[in-house]
This record gives sequence, structure tokens and C-alpha cells, in this order.
Amino acid sequence: MAGGDDSWRPLAPRLLIPTWVVIGLFSLLPVILMAVYSFLTKEFRGGVIWDFTLAAYDQFFIDRGLFGDEPARLEWTYINIFGRSLLQAAICTALCLVVGFPTAWFIATRPARTRAVWLFLITIPYWVNLLIRTVSLKFLIRDNGPLNEALMSIGLTSGPLPLVNTNLAVQLGLFYSYLPFMVLPIYAAVERYNFALSEAAADLYASRWTTLREIVLPVVKPGIIAGCILVFVPALGAFLAPDLLGGAKTFMIGSLIEEQFKGSQGNWPFGAAVSMILLTLVLIALIFYARTAAREGAR
Amino acid sequence: MKGVRHYPGFLGLTILCLVILYAPLIVVMAYSFNGSTSITQWGGFSMRWYVDVFTGPDAKRFGQAAWNSITIALMAATAATIIATAAALAMVKGGRFRGRGASFALINLPLMVPEIVTAVASLIFFTAIGLTTGYGTILVAHMAFCIPFAFLPIAARLEGIEASYEQAARDLYATRAQAFRLILLPLLAPGLASGWLLAFIISLDDFIITNFVKGAGMETLPTAIFGSVKQGIKPNIMAISTLMLAVSVLFVTAAYLINRKGRQTP
Repeated sequence: MAGGDDSWRPLAPRLLIPTWVVIGLFSLLPVILMAVYSFLTKEFRGGVIWDFTLAAYDQFFIDRGLFGDEPARLEWTYINIFGRSLLQAAICTALCLVVGFPTAWFIATRPARTRAVWLFLITIPYWVNLLIRTVSLKFLIRDNGPLNEALMSIGLTSGPLPLVNTNLAVQLGLFYSYLPFMVLPIYAAVERYNFALSEAAADLYASRWTTLREIVLPVVKPGIIAGCILVFVPALGAFLAPDLLGGAKTFMIGSLIEEQFKGSQGNWPFGAAVSMILLTLVLIALIFYARTAAREGAR
Repeated sequence: MKGVRHYPGFLGLTILCLVILYAPLIVVMAYSFNGSTSITQWGGFSMRWYVDVFTGPDAKRFGQAAWNSITIALMAATAATIIATAAALAMVKGGRFRGRGASFALINLPLMVPEIVTAVASLIFFTAIGLTTGYGTILVAHMAFCIPFAFLPIAARLEGIEASYEQAARDLYATRAQAFRLILLPLLAPGLASGWLLAFIISLDDFIITNFVKGAGMETLPTAIFGSVKQGIKPNIMAISTLMLAVSVLFVTAAYLINRKGRQTP
């Protein structure tokens, strides 16, 4: 923080009024209203009736059989969708870390001139429309797409690999979508890393990999955690990759929510409840991040 | 000694990273110049799909969608930049004041809430207050979630400007408004430009929130492309994608050059 500037201090609250009005009215208030909606009664053809009920959460967690007269059991359908989404997001985060950390390290250790070029190359896809990137990936990996043609022509596979509509394709899509989010914060952390620490470790006969594990990783940890959060959170609620690259068996939270607001089949309170559960998971991840960051900062 | 910076295999993974990021884009760019109507067979180099984008049967629909996208992005980015600048001035130069922490959390709120949740919440909000979803609701929703993206580069730039410049101007009897307009604003300009560009691209790219709050019959470029792609990837979509890709690259290059120039001056 640049510190207080006396001439600006009295103005500060007034300068924040537009932010409070716009974000408060169009981001915060809608989320609060969504929480209220998750406790309302569903109206057919979309929309709600202002009658408070726990029906939406009941539908999510509890199975009472087709006619609602059987003893209550735990409903697995939606928990499974959340489980699959959590697993996909976790795998995506791990893959992004495994590829993203070396990339960030490599770029940060280039001489200033070439470093700018490498960084520029990594940032471009980050700015390209996510929809276009996902469509491009689908075009590349589809059954008679260029990837399969190439694999068959060099004789690696005899028939096309059925990639589209599998969990693998969705994972590839997520990985491809959010990889730059991992590289950039780790890069920022490695750029500030003091390489004298590595040299000291090397002087004390630590091997390269021991140095990486014992010295580098703990020092750049805030960047790694930031990268993981930036990948995990959007991957968990992703809509485009599962929708375009996946099928019914790869259904994720994003599609489940979207379905509830589509046309007359929808169920707004249920969609709001699923969104609330997703938001709760994300908040838990963010609180974990904030606590880790605070602990690192205190050291 | 380069030893401590070098790890075997890291170059390979970096190349892999770039191949994964670029291969799909390059393939689509290449196929957008395909002369054949089939997307699988190569029919020689041709610009026909680019001609098709501007004159073909879908030209009117995509033209209208592009117009909506661009006008919304222009207005949302400009409004978000102005609001974010005021917020950055308060947060960076205002010192400690009541509500600072809450304001900081509020500015970052659109970044923390998953996009699909923001989309749902916005739809519910607009419906509850009785607004007809359409152009206006898209604009308002974009304005709100572009603020943090504009805020980040502006606040970062502002942190780097020492108070002494403004102080010197005030010592020479400039009014606060003059010091702001003649000293602080020009120094802040590269941050404002990057913030605006980032907000513009974020608005132009948005699909999920727009898809929820657009209402019937209203399309932006991403929702029009999504609608088309649902029926299969056609060559004209690849031409549109390549054009949008070119626009994104132009913008990122502009932001990069502005930032580099900004770093050379104090």
C-alpha cells in the first residue's frame, strides 16, 4: 500500500459510492436474492411462487422414491455429479500444476528480452475467447478430426480414437481452458525468487531436485496456491468444456445448473439451491486459501 | 553459473504447454481457409468463408450479434474503467478508513463467485425486479463484473506512482483538481488503458452470463456462435473464430506495448 495521502483521505468514501452501487446492486444483491429463491416453491414453466419451503434442498439430498412415499434415503444422483465435478476440477488443477510450474520457472529464468516473448506467447491464449478455444479443441479431437487423421496416417491407431463425449475430452478441455491461470501467478512468484537461496543450497551440496523441493517450493508456495485456486474455482463450475466436449455421462455442476433455467423444464429454486451449494464449496476453498496466505504472510 | 536455474525437462514441458495451447487454434485458423464445404476434406486455399461471413445467409445474424457485442463491450468497459478508477484512488491513496476491507471484498466479489452462479443470480434478480431481459440487462451485468478486471491494472499502476509528484504540484499552488488532471491522470494513463482493454475483452468474450440474461431473440457474438456450433462446426464459424482471434491478438499486443511504454516513463 502506498500509504495514506492526506488530501485523498476525506474523499475515499465518496469515491467508492459508484462501486458500492453497481457491484452491490448487480452482484451482491442478486446473490442474496438467489439464496432466498433457493427456499421458494417452484412454479411450472419456470419462475417461483413466494412460498417458503426446503423442497429444493430436499430434492438434492433426499430420495423418497418415484411417488414420494418410500422411506427417505440419501439421493446420490446430484451428489455424484458434484463428486465428478470435484474430481475433474482436482485432476485439472494437478495437471495444470505439473505442466504449469516448470513452464513458469522456465520463463522466469530466461534473460529479460526472451522472457517477454515467452510470457507474451503464454498470455495470448488467455485473452482468446474461451468459447472459440473450446470449439477449436472439439474440432481438433473429434472422431474424423485432424488429430485422429494424423494418428491413423502414421499408423499409431487403426480406427479413430473416440475422444469426444468422454471424461477424458472434458478433462482435456478444462486443462486447456485454465492452464494460463496456473502459469501466470507462479511466474510472478518465481520472478521475485532470490536465486542466491538456490546457490547457497547448491554450495551446501544439495542436489538440484532437493533444492527445488526444500527451498524453491516453500518460497514460491503463495504463487502456487493462488494458481491452484484460480484453476480449481472456475473448473468446478465450468460449463463450456463439459457441454461442448462431454455427453450425458460427463455431466458436471455447470450443466446441471444451466438445465434448471432452460425453458419450461426448469426448476428455478432447485437451480438456485445447486448454485448455493457450489458457492459454499468455492467459499470453503477461498477461506482455505486466505488462511494459508495469512499464515505464509505472518512468517 | 546457470546451474541453479536450469532443470532438465522444463524446456520440454514449456514447449508441450505451448503446443497444447496453440494447436487447436492453429488448426482452426488453417481450416478457415479451406475451399471445401466439408470440414474434413482439404479443398485448397480459399477466402470463400470470409466472404461468406460478410455476405452469406448468416451474415445479417452475425453482423447484428457483432454489433451488439461491440457496443456493449465499449460501454461496459468505459463505465467499469471510470468506476474502477474512482475505487482505485480511494483504495490506494485513501489510507485507512472505515469500510476499506469491506470495499476491497466487494470489488473482488465478481472474481470470487463462479461465473455460472453470477449468471443465475443475475437472471433471478432481473426477473424479480421485473426487468425484461435483453440488451440493457446484458450491459448492466457486464458493467458490474468488468469492474474488478479494470481495477487490478489501474490500482497496480497507482501504487507505483509516488505521492511526491502530486505533492510538488500542490506546493506550487495547483488546486487538487489541477494536480489530479495535469499530474496524476497522465501518469496513470497506461494503467487506465490496460484496465479498459482488459474489461473490453472480458465483456466481448463473455458467454455464460450473457447466455442467462440475454432474453429471447437477443444475441451477442459468443451466444450466436454457440447456437451455431450446437448444430455442428461449420466452416464459416471457423472464419469468424479466426477473425475474433485476430482481434484478441491485436488487443493483447496493444496492451503489452502500452504497458512497456508506461514502464519506460516514471
